[in-house]
Amino acid sequence: MCLALPAQVISINEATDMATVALGEVKREISLALVEDVKINDYVLIHVGYALNKVSEEEAERTLALFAEAGLIDKEVSA
Amino acid sequence: MKYIDEFRQQSLAKKLSASIHKEANPERKYNLMEFCGGHTHAIFRYGVQDLMPDNVNFVHGPGCPVCVLPIGRIDNAIQLAEDHDVILCTYGDMLRVPASGRKSLLKIKAEGADIRMVYSTQDALKIAQDNPHRQVVFFAIGFETTTPPTAVAIKQAQALGLKNFKVFCNHVLTPAAIQNILESPEVRDIGSVSIDGFFGPSHVSSIIGSRPYEFFAEEFQRPVVIAGFEPLDVMQSTLMLIRQLNEGRHDVENEYTRVVSRDGNLKAQQLVSEIFELRRSFEWRGLGLVPYSALQIKQAYADFDAEKYFNITTIQASDVKGCECPSILRGAKTPIDCKLFGTVCTPENPMGSCMVSSEGACAAYWSYGRFRQNSKITDHQQDNMESVA
Amino acid sequence: MTQTGKRFPVRLNTRTDKVDMTHGSGGRAMAQLVDELFVKHFDNELLRQANDQASFDITGGRMVMSVDGHVISPIFFPGGDIGSLSVHGTVNDVAMSGAKPLYLSAGFILEEGYPLADLERIVISMAKAASDANVPVITGDTKVVEKGKGDGVFITTTGIGIVPEGINISGDLAQPGDVILINGSIGDHGIAIMSSRENLQFETTIESDSAALHTLIADMVKAVPDIHCLRDPTRGGLATTLNELTQQSSVGMTIREDDIPVKPAVSAACELLGLDPLYVANEGKLVCICKKQDAEKLLDTMRAHPLGKQSAIIGEVIEDAHGFVQMQTGFGGSRIVDWLAGEQLPRIC
Repeated sequence: MCLALPAQVISINEATDMATVALGEVKREISLALVEDVKINDYVLIHVGYALNKVSEEEAERTLALFAEAGLIDKEVSA
Repeated sequence: MKYIDEFRQQSLAKKLSASIHKEANPERKYNLMEFCGGHTHAIFRYGVQDLMPDNVNFVHGPGCPVCVLPIGRIDNAIQLAEDHDVILCTYGDMLRVPASGRKSLLKIKAEGADIRMVYSTQDALKIAQDNPHRQVVFFAIGFETTTPPTAVAIKQAQALGLKNFKVFCNHVLTPAAIQNILESPEVRDIGSVSIDGFFGPSHVSSIIGSRPYEFFAEEFQRPVVIAGFEPLDVMQSTLMLIRQLNEGRHDVENEYTRVVSRDGNLKAQQLVSEIFELRRSFEWRGLGLVPYSALQIKQAYADFDAEKYFNITTIQASDVKGCECPSILRGAKTPIDCKLFGTVCTPENPMGSCMVSSEGACAAYWSYGRFRQNSKITDHQQDNMESVA
Repeated sequence: MTQTGKRFPVRLNTRTDKVDMTHGSGGRAMAQLVDELFVKHFDNELLRQANDQASFDITGGRMVMSVDGHVISPIFFPGGDIGSLSVHGTVNDVAMSGAKPLYLSAGFILEEGYPLADLERIVISMAKAASDANVPVITGDTKVVEKGKGDGVFITTTGIGIVPEGINISGDLAQPGDVILINGSIGDHGIAIMSSRENLQFETTIESDSAALHTLIADMVKAVPDIHCLRDPTRGGLATTLNELTQQSSVGMTIREDDIPVKPAVSAACELLGLDPLYVANEGKLVCICKKQDAEKLLDTMRAHPLGKQSAIIGEVIEDAHGFVQMQTGFGGSRIVDWLAGEQLPRIC
C-alpha cells in the first residue's frame, strides 16, 4: 500500500490540469490527470503528486458510523 | 486533518476492540495477512496489536514494492548512474536499499553519481526539461497505485517531444503476488503457514477496484476485506474478516468504501493499458519468478524505455547468506526467526529489503515491536551472536 | 574611519560585490571585510581591539565550552538563517549544562563568489541574535575556499559559560521515577527547512523555532536547582534525544503521544511527506528530566517564560535494562520509539 492522503481541493488550473490541495493548512500542487469532474472543495486522495480518486464524503460518514456502532450491538459491552 | 483524524479516534478504537474480543471465537486462531506495507506500518505505529485478543494474529506479507524489487534491478539502476552518466531520478524509498557489493543509490551519490530524489514523476519531467543535454532516467517502482503517475509522465513526455526522458520500469501487480503466495508450498501445505484471510490493499484497490480479488476469494476459499489504512479501518476490517470466518464465508468485502469501488479508477486503468503491457514473468525478491506479474513499456512508447535505450540486462543477484527475507515476505517466517535480525542486520546496517524499507516486516518489528518480545529477542540475539561469531 | 580606526580607500560595496579569494588571504582585502562587515555589525569592545584573540576575566564556578559547525541548506529559511541558528545553537549547547553563556567565537568559511549582500544579511541576523541573547561574538576568523568547494557559507561557533556552584546537570543523571518535560511543540524547525527545499514544494506558514533558551533555563535552574538532565532535541528529533538519555543513564522511558505538543500544520506536513514528527529537528526546544516532586513547579516556571508557554509533561523515566523508550499511542496501543536509522527520507509507500 502506498502513502496516499485525503486532501481538499482549493483551486484548479484547467489549462495545466493541476490543482492546489490543502492537507490541514499545508498546501501542495498536484496533477488532476488521473481523475475527472473534480470541483473546488472536493476531497481527493493524493499520492506522489497526483489525485488518484475522489473521496466520497457520504461513504466516509457511513464508515465512521459503522465504527461507532460496533460495541453498541451487545449491551454487555461497556463503552 | 479531515478524513484522517476521525479514523484514529481512541474512543472508537475501544469500541471496535471490545467487539473483536466478543466475536473472536476462543477455540480457534485467526491468521490474517496484511498484504500491504502501509497496513504493517499502521498496525505497528499505532500499536493495534495491543487492542486485539491473543488469538488474532497479523501476518506480514510482501506488500512493499521496495521489499520485492530484486537486487539485480537495483544493480541496473546503479549501473545507469555510474556507467552511463544519467541523471537518475528516484523516490526516497529506494535510496538506501542495499544492492550487490553493498552498494546503494545513496552510497554512489556520495561518490559523485547524479542521483536526485523526487516526490513525483512531474519533478522528473521538469528535470529532463531543465537538462536537455543529459539523459534523465526515472526509476519507476510501485504497485498499481504508483503506475498511473508513471503513465502520465510518459504521455506528457511524448506531448512535450522530450528526447532525453526515459523510464526504467519496475512496476508490479498485486493480484499476481497474492496468488503466488496462496499457491506456494508453505501455504498450501496444511500445518505449515496458514493464512485464513487477507486485508486487501487500500490504494492499489482504489485504482484496480475490488473486482480482481473476487477470483482469489473463490479459488482459494479465503475472505478478503479491502481495508483503509488508518488504524480504525484496520480494526473494522479485522472484525469483518473474523465475522466471515465465523460464518464460513469467503467473500470480497470493501471496508474502504470512501475511496474504493468495484470498478476502480477506469481513467487510470485505461491510461496504464495504453502505455504498458504485461511481462511474461518477472522476478520478485523472495517469491522467485512470478508469471504475468509485472509491466513493461509498449513498443509504441519505446522511445521512453530505458531498458531498450541502454540495452539493460538483469543479472540475478543472490541475497546475503542467512537472510530470511524470502520466507518473511511470504509470511512463512517472522523476523526473529532470522539469524541476522538484530545482530548483523539492523536499520543502520540493513542486509535485506525487509529491514531497509520502513514498511518491511523486519524494520517495523525492530522499530516498533521489539519490546513486546524483548526477552525473546535478546535471547535469540545472544544465540545468534554466538553462532555467527 | 571604521570601528578599529582603520582607513580603506574604497568602501566595500555590499550590494554588488562578491566574496573572492583575496578576502581570505590575510591581506588588506580581508582586513576590510572583517572591519566593514563583521566588526561593524558585531560591534563590541573586545572585537574592536582587533587582536587575534580576546581576553577577559572570569569569576567563580566551572567553565563550560561547546562548539557547533553549521552547514545548513537553505541558508535562509522561514524563521531564521544560518547566522541566527549558529548563535542559538551554541548558546543552547552551553546553557544545557545549567551554565550562563558568556561569549561566542565565530569562524566563517566562505565560498568564492558568494554575494556580500547575503553575507551581510547573515551577519546582521547573527549580530542581532547575539545581542538579544546578550552573548557577544568576541573573536572570529575568516577563510575563503574556491568556488565549488563550499556551500556558500559555513559557520562554526564556539561558546563558553560558567556553571554556578552546586549545579550539576548531565545526561547520565536520570533516575527511575523522574518526570520528562518539554517546553513546546516539536518538528517546527525541520518542517520549515523542508518547506524551503525546492524539490519538495509544499506551502506552509510554519517557521523555525530557532531560539536562545538560556534565559528560560536560568529561570528553571533558579526554581529547581536539582534538575537532572537538560538536552536540546536538534538533529534526529525528540526520539533521538530521549534514546541518548536512556542510554547514558541506563534507564527506560514511557511517554504519551497525546501529551507531546505538535502544531497541526507540522502534523499535516509530516503526513504529506511520510515523516514522523518525533524524528524531525528542533532548534528552540529542550527536554528536561527532574524529580517527580519538582515537576509541577518546573512546569509552572517554564510556562511563565515566553519560550515555554506550551510546556508539557510528556512521560516518566522507568527501570528498563533494554533502555527502550516506550510510547502510549494516541490510539490506545503502544510502540517503542527507536533511534533514527540514517536520515529520515520522504517516502511514497
